[in-house]
Amino acid sequence: MGLFGGRKTVYVDSDVLVVGGGFGGCGATYESRYWGRDLKVVCVEKANIERSGAVAQGLYAINCYMGMQWDENQPEDHVRYARNDLMGLVREDLGYDIARHVDSTVHKFEEWGLPIMKDPETGRYLREGKWQIMIHGESYKPIVAEAARKAATKVYNRIMVTHLLMDKTKPNRVAGAVGFNVRSGEFYVFRAKAVIVAAGGASHIFKPRSVGEGMGRTWYAPWSSASAYALPILVGAKMTQMENRIVLTRFKDGYGPVGAYFLHLKTHTENAYGKEYETTWYEHTKELVGDYIDRHPVPTCLRNHAFLEEVKAGRGPIRMVTKEAFQDPHKETVGWENFLGMTISQAVVWASQNIDPKHTNPELTTSEPYVMGSHATCSGAWASGPEDYAPDEYQWGYNRMMTVDGLFGAGDTIGGTAHKFSSGSFTEGRIAGKAAVNYVNDLGAEQPEVSEAEYEGLKTVVFQPMENYEVGRNEIVAGTVSPSYMLPIHGLQRLEKIMDEYVGGISAHYTTNEPMLTRGLELLQMLKEDLDHLGAEDLHQLQRAWELKHRAIASECVTQHTMFRTETRWPGYYYRADHPKLDDTDWHCFTLSQYDRETGSWEMEKAPVYHIVD
Amino acid sequence: MPTFVYMTRCDGCGHCVDICPSDIMHIDTTYRRAYNIEPNFCWECYSCVKVCPQNAIDVRGYADFAPMGHSVRVLREEEKATISWKLKFRDGREKNFVSPIRTTEWGSIKSPSDYDVPAENALMGQELAHEPDALNIAELPALTPDQLKIGIV
Repeated sequence: MGLFGGRKTVYVDSDVLVVGGGFGGCGATYESRYWGRDLKVVCVEKANIERSGAVAQGLYAINCYMGMQWDENQPEDHVRYARNDLMGLVREDLGYDIARHVDSTVHKFEEWGLPIMKDPETGRYLREGKWQIMIHGESYKPIVAEAARKAATKVYNRIMVTHLLMDKTKPNRVAGAVGFNVRSGEFYVFRAKAVIVAAGGASHIFKPRSVGEGMGRTWYAPWSSASAYALPILVGAKMTQMENRIVLTRFKDGYGPVGAYFLHLKTHTENAYGKEYETTWYEHTKELVGDYIDRHPVPTCLRNHAFLEEVKAGRGPIRMVTKEAFQDPHKETVGWENFLGMTISQAVVWASQNIDPKHTNPELTTSEPYVMGSHATCSGAWASGPEDYAPDEYQWGYNRMMTVDGLFGAGDTIGGTAHKFSSGSFTEGRIAGKAAVNYVNDLGAEQPEVSEAEYEGLKTVVFQPMENYEVGRNEIVAGTVSPSYMLPIHGLQRLEKIMDEYVGGISAHYTTNEPMLTRGLELLQMLKEDLDHLGAEDLHQLQRAWELKHRAIASECVTQHTMFRTETRWPGYYYRADHPKLDDTDWHCFTLSQYDRETGSWEMEKAPVYHIVD
Repeated sequence: MPTFVYMTRCDGCGHCVDICPSDIMHIDTTYRRAYNIEPNFCWECYSCVKVCPQNAIDVRGYADFAPMGHSVRVLREEEKATISWKLKFRDGREKNFVSPIRTTEWGSIKSPSDYDVPAENALMGQELAHEPDALNIAELPALTPDQLKIGIV
């Protein structure tokens, strides 16, 4: 056991273990308690659920609300919208399931105290767009966290979960998780009958545009460290659509959102010379994707594509035309409060650069790619669908159960369900929570059991970076350069550079091909070997080390999927230059991967797309 | 805009350490006050700024793209249920905004255990907690399996 054999191990028993206390995790915790009154429901979070996850900063809109009570939209409409935006490929069974439940979630949020803006004439929620309603959401997360705390048997803050534990009595069944307390350094063994992974998607796997001090100003939170994917991947759960990374068109540098500007303030974009540019690229885009360019609304990736082509043609920067709208004091207030509510740094950037959108049309940019499952993209785990209508190929167990028994997911974790956002992620957590309670109730005498050998082995693995540092540090006088270990920041920057250059990041104009991906995988393999030699000076750096390891395995999965899909399905998100066109003949399907942790190899396969509505 | 802490205001209470989603606010062992140990992992979420009882934490825009001389200050008042912002541009212009943050008492949310125990057969159905009532429509919508089709639409 080396230097760290003396570390205390804390054992926590639960019926339902929720990993991650963001919106998905809070929803899972709440619903598990509702249906499992006598069950032990434990939520574990690496930060503090009061301000953790993607909504830590707040939100100014709820982007997924049907309004069924006013017949504004029906769930079928949302399925059509998400399918269209993702170029035909979403799990429509899962998407419908979220859409049919999401209104009850939003109504509870309002009852709990979330200020939702109202249309003064109709009394209905104030619409920003067809799916979006406007909120004063500075305390959105504290409110939702309060509900989760009331529901949980216990919330464990500041514990980073590093691995899931498998059952020793039955293959392919989960039995718990391990992690470490970021403050005390204690090793935690969570024994659970069901596990719901509701961890974060992946920022910082591709090199961000911002450098140095500004590196943290990514669009998605820097603490979204791909645990949503790494935890299931490492126990052999199948993943889907991991190639479907997302690139965001956002205000420059701060990555302030554009949704309210387009939808509510009715602003539009133009090139550097004041010209509309999307129609310029219509024929060109039609060559690549055919009729998909004629869909309404135009898919997000295709609008990105026109933006990128216009900039490449030398007519950047692209600007948002705000000057007219901002003459209206109400719209000006909405424009600023929109940032202060969810992307404060955009207000800082504009204040620092003297940009007042009343007088200046601000620049837009396209972000580095992100891999996640809750926004306008749908990477994540392959999950079983709702029992009442999902087709056989989408149904092998309980709703939202992955291909590992007892392992459920929600939010960024679950693939195929784009456009769920905050309310949909909470709703998916609720769906998973209820299903997990059913699973636990049905277990009977066949209770899962963790293997002491497995968790004791993992205890050594988890703290290895601290031992590497402790030993290697004595070799050198001072500084950060060691022949024996590398620091988490070193590994992260290497990962970001590999992904950026070989897998379609910003410096490659989001473009890759088979030789590039092949080389990228070779370099990722060497990085993976080097990650056994990470050095962590303290517990904070140990957290960074494990975040990096999670990002690295997720990146490998992304690269494998990108290699497998030999078409360019989402131009504007990424380009396979060797297969530049959309190919519905061979690729109107989902891509699935499965990692073998014994051999380190990946199995790839296709899965059919069922359209549940016309 | 990464955070920094004013030496004369911080009393080392640790609220910022407790709340930071990125685990980058730590207590300096010499001065017994908080500081940002890793500015390049700061998302500028302002969680620490909002929670600081001494108003000791401020932000200075990221050095790689934000010129100096600006300020975005915030006051979050739970008892008044408001958030107040003061923006100062590099050239001195100012803007002020105030928004509500909550419509109910803090701590007033009911536990799911406080609701009636659902009927046993409800666990087998598709309705989630509080449904169908909380949907504000008569019943939960559903599809039938025959509505599923393979093909291109």
